Amino acid sequence: MELNIGLRNTKSAIFKGIIVFFAFLITVPLIVVLGYIIKQGIFQVNWHFLTSVPAPVGETGGGIINALVGSFIMVMVAAVVAIPVGMAAGIYLSENPRSKLAYYSGLCVDILQGVPSIVVGIVVYFWIVKPLGTFSALSGSAALAIMMLPIVIRSTEQTLKMLPDSLKEAALSLGVPYHRVILKVIVPCGFAGILSGIMLSIARVIGETAPLLFTAFGNPYLSYSLTKPMESLPHLIFTYATSPYDDWHNLAWGASFILLMFVLVLNIFTKVLTRKWKVQL
Amino acid sequence: MYKKTNKFVENKRLKLSNSQLKWETIFRRILIAMSILLVVIILGVLATLIVESMPSIKSLGIGFLWGKVWDPVSNIYGAYPFLVGTLLTSFIALIISVPFSYAIAIYLGEYNPKGWLSDLLKNAIELIAAVPSIIYGFWGLFVLVPIIRTFEMKIGVAPYGIGVLTSSLILAVMIIPYAASLGITLIRMVPSPLKEAAYGLGATRFEVIRSVIMPYTRSGLFAGVLLSLGRALGETMAVTMLIGNTSAVADSIKNAIFGPGNTMASVIANEFTEADHTQYLSALIELGLVLFFVTVIINLIGKRIITRFTND
Repeated sequence: MELNIGLRNTKSAIFKGIIVFFAFLITVPLIVVLGYIIKQGIFQVNWHFLTSVPAPVGETGGGIINALVGSFIMVMVAAVVAIPVGMAAGIYLSENPRSKLAYYSGLCVDILQGVPSIVVGIVVYFWIVKPLGTFSALSGSAALAIMMLPIVIRSTEQTLKMLPDSLKEAALSLGVPYHRVILKVIVPCGFAGILSGIMLSIARVIGETAPLLFTAFGNPYLSYSLTKPMESLPHLIFTYATSPYDDWHNLAWGASFILLMFVLVLNIFTKVLTRKWKVQL
Repeated sequence: MYKKTNKFVENKRLKLSNSQLKWETIFRRILIAMSILLVVIILGVLATLIVESMPSIKSLGIGFLWGKVWDPVSNIYGAYPFLVGTLLTSFIALIISVPFSYAIAIYLGEYNPKGWLSDLLKNAIELIAAVPSIIYGFWGLFVLVPIIRTFEMKIGVAPYGIGVLTSSLILAVMIIPYAASLGITLIRMVPSPLKEAAYGLGATRFEVIRSVIMPYTRSGLFAGVLLSLGRALGETMAVTMLIGNTSAVADSIKNAIFGPGNTMASVIANEFTEADHTQYLSALIELGLVLFFVTVIINLIGKRIITRFTND
């Protein structure tokens, strides 16, 4: 080690400068991207934009109601499936951490978290689209549900593990049966933590495009049917952003703005919940 | 009289507890069934990918991986261009992102772990991870591509704008949060007696970071980089929009970096719905299978390192 204290202090200061510079430089792309999306998108949004279907090429106007309804339906169906399954698996993992099944399903959660979303799309195509013979909203929901599972499971597991054992022991010693202890004592106590995990999982899948490419596929018309192709916000952005028409680009900017707002609101909501609960996701 | 009532109560309790017991068993079974379902999903994913890519595995064998030509019209399939494209975009993105994620980890873990400024920066980083990849792709297509095009004209390469470099830049931004947020947690876990001992010996802050914190957290930070890499390899939409989707192998290193290319994920996204015969489709699925294995292995190694680190 050098003995010159002045030199060492300077070195330390320079290092700190470099660290601070790089750490804050990352906010630049974030601000630039968010700023640009808001600037391009905010003036597209009006009542007409939110309530009509996209206009054909050459006509101005048109909206994204088909994608809004489609995203809402598909995410809701996915949530209805993924939340109970994910919570049940999460409860099992936190209640029986040492069992063999817990080891293997924990491993599967880790694997599922790493599976590229496009691969989920391929698999669901063979599970649902091919047997049904058509692209469908149902298959889109299935793909999204698979993407949601690991987040719901991990947040349930982590939240429940943080609850003191005395809660459960007290309830059990009163003679309350096991399922009532879990459903009426443990889960309500960890509710905020679990809810934040659910919010986060919704925020994550609402922007997913890749698993929908071969499942829900997209649909220029308004559709409520689960067995027909359905449009979604990210898929609409993808289709219109890569098209050569300016009108369609504007539609895509507006849709991006709406999608961004959804994601922001969901994340802020999650933030408020986790701050109270200090859940690590 | 007393005995009679007691018996009545006893009976009622027995009845109650029997039905409760039934529900308890059912509840436990549901929990177990859902955990088994997870294992079934993963095995199902693996089985589907293997079965559906069988035609391609059988006819092309292992040579599929280094076949240089991908020409569905002539029924020739080689994965080499996509392997190169995937590795190239991911590693360039990783090289760009590592200084940032390490800097963020050190800054928020050591220099400024508390306070409004650190909260603000931490939220900003979480926001970067939250923005959907399609939005990065869209922004990249309309803002970054013209900038890169001007840059390419200045340095005298073919001004495509779209290409491997553009995708890598966007990817780098997208993967920074994964390594950074893990790094923050790990650096905060360094025991303060270690740091205090070093300060006590007269070390400067830089020396403490270099000789105490870095060696202590090295394996954990590496795991964070692995998780980032896993993300980068599987990322689809932003890359699909920006890479230019050319399945030809570039003739020089310069063209490989600045010119258009294709990754495993982007070729699947582009060609899956167009694949009109079994051979073509199963070749695409085999790419998916390769992608699945690579990302899963990288992720699992990363997670293993983290669990070992946090348990020690």
